Amino acid sequence: MSEVFHRETLRGGQKWSRIVKRHQALRLIDASSGGGAGATCVAALLFNAADPAERYNMPDTLKAQFSAFLTAGRVLFSDMGHILASFTSDTCGWHDTLTGHQDAAGAAARFGSGTYQDLRNDCPRNTRDNVLVELVKHGLGRRDLHANLNLFAKVVTDEAGRFAWVPGNSHPGAYVELRMEMDVLVVLSNTPHPLDPATAYGPPPVALELRRVPPPAADDPCRVARTENGRGFTLTEGLFR
Amino acid sequence: MSTLTAKTRDPAQAALDVTVLSGDGWCHPLRRGQVLRIVDLEGNQAVDTLFYALQDPGERYDACATMRAQGALYLTTGTTLLSSEGRPMLVITADTCGRHDTVGGACSCESNQVRYAIDKQWMHSCRDTFLLELARYEGRPTGPPLAKRDLTHNINFFMNVPVTPAGELTFADGISATGSYVELRAEMDVLVLVSNCPQLNNPCNGWNPTPVRMLVWDA
Repeated sequence: MSEVFHRETLRGGQKWSRIVKRHQALRLIDASSGGGAGATCVAALLFNAADPAERYNMPDTLKAQFSAFLTAGRVLFSDMGHILASFTSDTCGWHDTLTGHQDAAGAAARFGSGTYQDLRNDCPRNTRDNVLVELVKHGLGRRDLHANLNLFAKVVTDEAGRFAWVPGNSHPGAYVELRMEMDVLVVLSNTPHPLDPATAYGPPPVALELRRVPPPAADDPCRVARTENGRGFTLTEGLFR
Repeated sequence: MSTLTAKTRDPAQAALDVTVLSGDGWCHPLRRGQVLRIVDLEGNQAVDTLFYALQDPGERYDACATMRAQGALYLTTGTTLLSSEGRPMLVITADTCGRHDTVGGACSCESNQVRYAIDKQWMHSCRDTFLLELARYEGRPTGPPLAKRDLTHNINFFMNVPVTPAGELTFADGISATGSYVELRAEMDVLVLVSNCPQLNNPCNGWNPTPVRMLVWDA
């Protein structure tokens, strides 16, 4: 494993964006100590850094892999048939992408209407406002807010399609690693999942690590997981010939 | 599956009555209080649909918020379609099919290459239809022209995409019969964007895309 060239920790409520280059890996590590107020959850959006009109597409990703969630061996498809990133490691087993994110009204209903004036930097932050701020920094905006990933979070459905939040999906030290297959603008928000029933605001910290990794080999687990993924890699690698 | 609900509106009294052929698009403003009925004329047809606030298309249908608010995946009578700003856009007031999808998205040339074969790029697709309608519609709604970035996750009326408790996504045979319809009442002025799905690579249209009928009644 190559050396980590960048490390930082996102506090609860913190947001982040950065262009992560092709064949760099972003590892997110649950840095909770257990017993905190809320469940670990990091909302994520991904864009082709060279052409942000191309972005993570939830339906295309799920349809191609016949799956309603993400874990190791799966890939994230853009709306243009390319692979933005691959799930190369995952010790959680399930990452939600169906249930979106919380906005200011939702957060106020859950956590009360704490203001900066009263609480300073402890006031609850919501995912939508966090992500919007980072999008605008890159010339994007609310029109670019599509279905996000909710890393570390698990939501299941019953036969009637009803959602159920699954507590305890993550644990201290759990991690997920995304290998970028093109230069990707990654936007993150360490804020509560909209279905997390916790009523006290306290997103646990999440550590980030960046390192360079080898390009996916011919027998890469994400490439061979499905023929659909193989075609996705063929189309994506064609961009860089 | 939910209880099926029918309405007895008279098509002869409709303010608008148009047929949209498979592979065609339809872009139409709907005023608050107007009712739109989409009729699956021959059954088993997928009708890919998006909604935008007419006065501010930056506000649009939000699939995730809609599912979250009702705590469930499938859309049917009683479902309120929420906007990206959390406001009710339309309510499903009748449904003789029973279940509609909003997870499966729209087919595209590019996703067809991934899902079926690299040489499927040439075939007609819903996202191309959406883009052509948006390009033609340019300048008419308030605000900036709509573009690819505005193609958010759509509804597939009459399409059946079950998710299992283990998290498997499946494409099941349609449950929509000849003449099935869904009816929606607009809670705000909206732009309706439809692609009558031309997909021939999977059973979402029963391998035979067919026309649908759009009826609009005034409030």
